[in-house]
Amino acid sequence: MKTIKRSLGTVALATIMILTVSCKDANKKEVDVSEKDKVHQGKMNNTKDISMKDAQDEMAEAILKDYFNLKDALVGDDNNKAKSLGGTLAKSLVNFDKSKYSENQQVELTDIIEDATEHADHISESDIKHQREHFKTLSKDITDMVAITGTSIKLYEQFCPMYDGGTSWISTKSEIRNPYYGSSMLKCGKVKRVIE
Amino acid sequence: MKIKKIVVLILLVGSVGIQFIPTDLNQNDTVPITDFLLVNNPPERISGLLKESCYACHSNNSQYPWYNKVQPVAWFLENHINDGKKELNFNEWDDYSKRRKSSKLKSIVSQIKDNEMPIYSYTLIHKDAKLSKIEKQLIISYMLVLIDNQ
Repeated sequence: MKTIKRSLGTVALATIMILTVSCKDANKKEVDVSEKDKVHQGKMNNTKDISMKDAQDEMAEAILKDYFNLKDALVGDDNNKAKSLGGTLAKSLVNFDKSKYSENQQVELTDIIEDATEHADHISESDIKHQREHFKTLSKDITDMVAITGTSIKLYEQFCPMYDGGTSWISTKSEIRNPYYGSSMLKCGKVKRVIE
Repeated sequence: MKIKKIVVLILLVGSVGIQFIPTDLNQNDTVPITDFLLVNNPPERISGLLKESCYACHSNNSQYPWYNKVQPVAWFLENHINDGKKELNFNEWDDYSKRRKSSKLKSIVSQIKDNEMPIYSYTLIHKDAKLSKIEKQLIISYMLVLIDNQ
């Protein structure tokens, strides 16, 4: 009798545990989201203290910097480094504040950022072949972003005719270092356009 | 011996217990006007393939297998479908911007080309969802035409 009671008690306990664990998970998710919002808001408030225009340009520059780091990792055939830099870029993209731009520009920037974030996210969890596929579309997004935000440094749009029917990327240097082929065809490509 | 019995009992009751935890079913009666098939009106062969091989996870209407009644399988499927819809929801196709459509189309082509999709855990049980070489080529060619017309 005692044994039955005891085992019944244990079973009840186990069931309760399972139930509470699943509820706890749900609560945790909500907390995570609100905390993220707080951090995000905090950042936005900070940047408002500095001059509005400079702060926003800085955000675009930060995205560019992350993009170039990611490009260099792909040039170096470094899958793991590209994964972590893809994650860094995704974070910078999410933090981008487009409020100083015109309404039309904001619509386009939202679209660009959303698309670019998805590609950066995928790069953070893919093998190098897929990273390069995503980098192609990401490069288009970043180029379109620069067309709106401008850039404080001279950029070179470069073009490799061999990769996927012809593919572009941007670089801070005029020398070709191909992120789509890395060491197997490091210098394939040419400068298509200078962005200033 | 006693401990063994208790452990078995806990596992048994635990696995029965989790059956009562509900999951949200991904099912809807209506197809929105933003649906990929309504917007693009592809040839019947293509529509059939997409419905059979993609729509279970990439739309708002999943055809659930019988084993979805069993936990923890239902949880696994729920996660799976949520992830799938986040990546691509054919029902919401026309809500995507031009840029996003083009991105999604490219990803569809590359996922099918590389045999990443339909995902193995799905085709393992749903043999009908598996795409033959010719079927893959059909879908890819169709998507490439859409990319060119974007």
